[in-house]
Amino acid sequence: MTTTTSPNVSEQFHAIGPDIADTKAPAGPIEKRWDDRKFNAKLVNPANRRKLSVIVVGTGLAGGAAAATLGEAGYQVKSFCYQDSPRRAHSIAAQGGINAAKNYRNDGDSIYRLFDDTVKGGDFRARESNVYRLAQVSVNIIDQCVAQGVPFAREYGGLLDNRSFGGVQVSRTFYARGQTGQQLLIGAYQALERQIGAGTVEMNTRHEMLELIMVDNRARGIVVRDMVTGEIETHTADAVVLATGGYGNVFFLSTNAMGSNTTATWRAHKKGAYFANPCYTQIHPTCIPVSGDYQSKLTLMSESLRNDGRIWVPKKAGDERAAADIPEDERDYYLERIYPAFGNLVPRDIASRAAKYQCDDGKGVGPGGLGVYLDFAEAIERLGLPAVKAKYGNLFDMYAQITGENPYETPMRIYPAVHYTMGGLWVDYDLQSNLTGLFVAGEANFSEHGANRLGASALMQGLADGYFVLPNTLANYLADGPYEKIDDSHEAVVEARRAVEERIATFLSINGTRTVDSFHKELGHIMWEYCGMERTEEGLIKAIGLIRDLKQAFWSDVKVTGVNEELNQTLERAGRVADFIELGELMCIDALNRRESCGGHFRAESQTEDGEALRHDDEFAYVSAWEFGEERPTLHKEPLEYEYVEMKSRSYK
Amino acid sequence: MNITVRVWRQKNAESKGKMVTYGVENVSEDMSFLEMLDVLNEQLTLTDDDPIAFDHDCREGICGACGVVINGQAHGPQVTTTCQLHMRSFEDGAVIDIEPWRAGAFPVIKDLVVDRGAFDRIIQAGGFISAPTGSAVEANNIPVPKDNADHAFESAACIGCGACVAACPNGSGMLFTAAKITHLGLLPQGQPERDSRVVGMVEQHDHEGFGGCTNIGECTAACPKGIPLDTISRLNRDLLGALAKGKA
Amino acid sequence: MAVSGLIMLGYLLVHMYGNLKFFQGREKFDHYLHETLPHILYPYLPEGGFLWILRVVLTVAVVVHAYAAITLWRRNKAAAGYVGGSRYQTKQNKTGYQRSYSSFTMRWGGIILALFIIGHVAQMMPNWLSPGGASDSKYDRVVNGFEIWWVVLLYTIGLVAVGLHLAHGFWSALTTLGQNHSSTRRGSRWTAISIGLATVITVGFISVPIAVFFFGAGS
Repeated sequence: MTTTTSPNVSEQFHAIGPDIADTKAPAGPIEKRWDDRKFNAKLVNPANRRKLSVIVVGTGLAGGAAAATLGEAGYQVKSFCYQDSPRRAHSIAAQGGINAAKNYRNDGDSIYRLFDDTVKGGDFRARESNVYRLAQVSVNIIDQCVAQGVPFAREYGGLLDNRSFGGVQVSRTFYARGQTGQQLLIGAYQALERQIGAGTVEMNTRHEMLELIMVDNRARGIVVRDMVTGEIETHTADAVVLATGGYGNVFFLSTNAMGSNTTATWRAHKKGAYFANPCYTQIHPTCIPVSGDYQSKLTLMSESLRNDGRIWVPKKAGDERAAADIPEDERDYYLERIYPAFGNLVPRDIASRAAKYQCDDGKGVGPGGLGVYLDFAEAIERLGLPAVKAKYGNLFDMYAQITGENPYETPMRIYPAVHYTMGGLWVDYDLQSNLTGLFVAGEANFSEHGANRLGASALMQGLADGYFVLPNTLANYLADGPYEKIDDSHEAVVEARRAVEERIATFLSINGTRTVDSFHKELGHIMWEYCGMERTEEGLIKAIGLIRDLKQAFWSDVKVTGVNEELNQTLERAGRVADFIELGELMCIDALNRRESCGGHFRAESQTEDGEALRHDDEFAYVSAWEFGEERPTLHKEPLEYEYVEMKSRSYK
Repeated sequence: MNITVRVWRQKNAESKGKMVTYGVENVSEDMSFLEMLDVLNEQLTLTDDDPIAFDHDCREGICGACGVVINGQAHGPQVTTTCQLHMRSFEDGAVIDIEPWRAGAFPVIKDLVVDRGAFDRIIQAGGFISAPTGSAVEANNIPVPKDNADHAFESAACIGCGACVAACPNGSGMLFTAAKITHLGLLPQGQPERDSRVVGMVEQHDHEGFGGCTNIGECTAACPKGIPLDTISRLNRDLLGALAKGKA
Repeated sequence: MAVSGLIMLGYLLVHMYGNLKFFQGREKFDHYLHETLPHILYPYLPEGGFLWILRVVLTVAVVVHAYAAITLWRRNKAAAGYVGGSRYQTKQNKTGYQRSYSSFTMRWGGIILALFIIGHVAQMMPNWLSPGGASDSKYDRVVNGFEIWWVVLLYTIGLVAVGLHLAHGFWSALTTLGQNHSSTRRGSRWTAISIGLATVITVGFISVPIAVFFFGAGS
């Protein structure tokens, strides 16, 4: 076992500040904490609610559900999204399902088991209180969604169907074919549209948040750009909720939507909000590989493919033969060879990392050598073509549509891709950031998933935050309002607007020689190479240097065409990429500091003798909350304590 | 492969547009159609031309943001979303005409970007089940026959892209409206508002300036999610039922 | 639109039944027209009363149908978002994905039908417009008229227009009334039934002039 005793080299890039703590979570028995918090929270008289206003940015599961619920409760809500309709938020793309501790299968599931699984799945880097609440609320989410008309899969008796998902031993995942995210989002969207129609929510589509407005140390508003006219608008309210999703697009290629970005959270971070665990990203092993340098995004295929598919690469590096021409004894079924007990079903991070090693050794297949085979020949022989078709037909069709290859005849090619980001803005039990009045929900906050998210948990967390947590905790904050009215001439508002206008003017005036996308792709390469599946001290330090150079090049050589006063998609992207570059640097610093292998992250300096991930609970059982600094960021640690789940290492050998 | 595209260019809602021709070289057949446009836009940017504006987001065929008329067909020659169309569907040397969705209710904002806000307003007029958060009963208290649940899902698969309107010779939004009526109307939870829903949504549909349905069936043929045509008959049945009860 | 169309379709079927009596010879044909029809529901209705009710109903149906068509036409043209003279600038795929030819003919076909109906009604006025020669026997007038090539031609054009109109119209009316249970237009049994019905009506009506002009029936 290697140990880490040398002083942490990351300290050349950041300062260390005092530890922080979540002061909102009640103590006492874990199953009573959420009830206690709700009981002790201040309430707002229904008649007073219409005097209180809330801004909600983002209309995915968390933002859409929050805006609808708050509007229905009687608050004045202003909702914003960059898409042309709230229905298009990227929650829509989630395929698998949503967990809930209903125990409809009588298979021993319970709230406590879901809590236990989630804490362990997150590799002991999430808060127990928050995770328990998530498990508790999961039950209500299913009820709520069914009442809204979400067409979950059902059995012949008319009751809800469940499946087992993500390697857990109970069947607690509710699903709607492969489109669970879509159906849940449409449910939230319909509830939101109902409130828009009723006049309680003012919807602003094609509006992108570009700045947070702070007044007297409270979040009081946002600056947005109307993406059609280019008009810079300021909006103020008594509280601001960010539900703007994750930042996987820092890698350029990811399974995120093209527009998914960090700008809202990064702007808030620059105004003082702590960014927690930025280096925690989830990499999914079964995505369709890149086919060329024009590639704009990656598509996920369900992990269930690994149940019957066999993963292999040619034994010889640089083998250019077609798959069919490589004889059986020249193929390396490397997962089956290295992990005989689990074989092709090893956890996501192991499978992803193993594929990377094969490709690094020159054994990768397909364009650019970035792919490994996922072969169904044996399964077709064993189960018969009709059985394979019935089980995986839709996934095979999707693969054929994208690659133009027939996966029934030639093996599929897969490669890992960035899928979800567990990091995000730091929040307390109330989902309030360290900035008073700024609440963060869904993937945008650093969330309940710790260092690794379990399958079918993202949808659960987004809806838990939006429907059930925020409406209670936000009321507690609003009960002290309404706060002093802010108009457009307020110094803070004027200043925030001016900052946005200047930034846009700068983008338009650089008139360099490189496109925005070229910078984004370069950033993506750096992040993927050095801050992806496997990280090393050396690599991360190099990456920080490369990103700093890239940032400088961006601000002196980017080319943004057109003007502000129009629909200008290049300008939109420029702003997002500028923020991604800064976030990328912080991610590398965070990764450098976290000198342990934990969750989906393999730190080469922290491994067991047989090369497996080694966590360091003695040194790193804390949330890394980063405070922005012009010179360098400051790290605040929030120590994590486990009273209910015993800290243990994962084992799959 | 090398191709030629003719693209509808229109500076903003007020200005007049026209078709403009561009050449795109070294197109890979594995590119998606939108990636081909990305490549063209990179070229345009570097030559100080204005890149072509088009809506897109998830690029995996589920968000419904993308959608252009390609050679006169909504989403192009394959029945899928524009983002899932690949260049292998075209021949080397092809001339490809790219235009925005055309409909009175979908005004052009710029180039290939149109305003589909009318769809949201149709949903506001009744495309929901009123279920205040927290008021829901235990999910398994109300069984739903599997057949109904499956059919409801089939209609709920609509992604609101607007291809039905673009393909309909009448610019009608009936398939979109009918899909929601069918989704919610097949579930027990959707029954209390069934009459008011169909009346409200159809009224809003007509108010937005969508055309009337003449049952030509182009909508279903163009729909990337295969929303069935009988949803429109179901809408009509519900509407006649509601009118008979004097709900209009 | 659907209801008025179905009323007219119902009338057409009865009308065709009457026309086919032509093949039973002059006596039966004239008896049917001069004696049977005016006495429907007699004596509950006065002589010819039923025909007058029918005329009123059909006139209303025609007017409603035309009004609805014009309104829909204008509305749909605006809804389709034309730029100048055409909707899409491309010259490709003008015929859509799966459109039936008949669906293209609904509007111009409807206008042809309107003109045809006016001419046809004028011709039915007692000896008012009588190509080929007047007579008190309707049978004779049919024969006189259909011995002239251009009468046959105009009649055929009118009937083909009827057929095309029905091939789409009948299916469309039923769908509007909520009766389609198929996921596509082509897959619906009503589409097949519509085409069959349209064919029967067109052939049934045209059989008379064909018989007269080519086979010298009635002379």
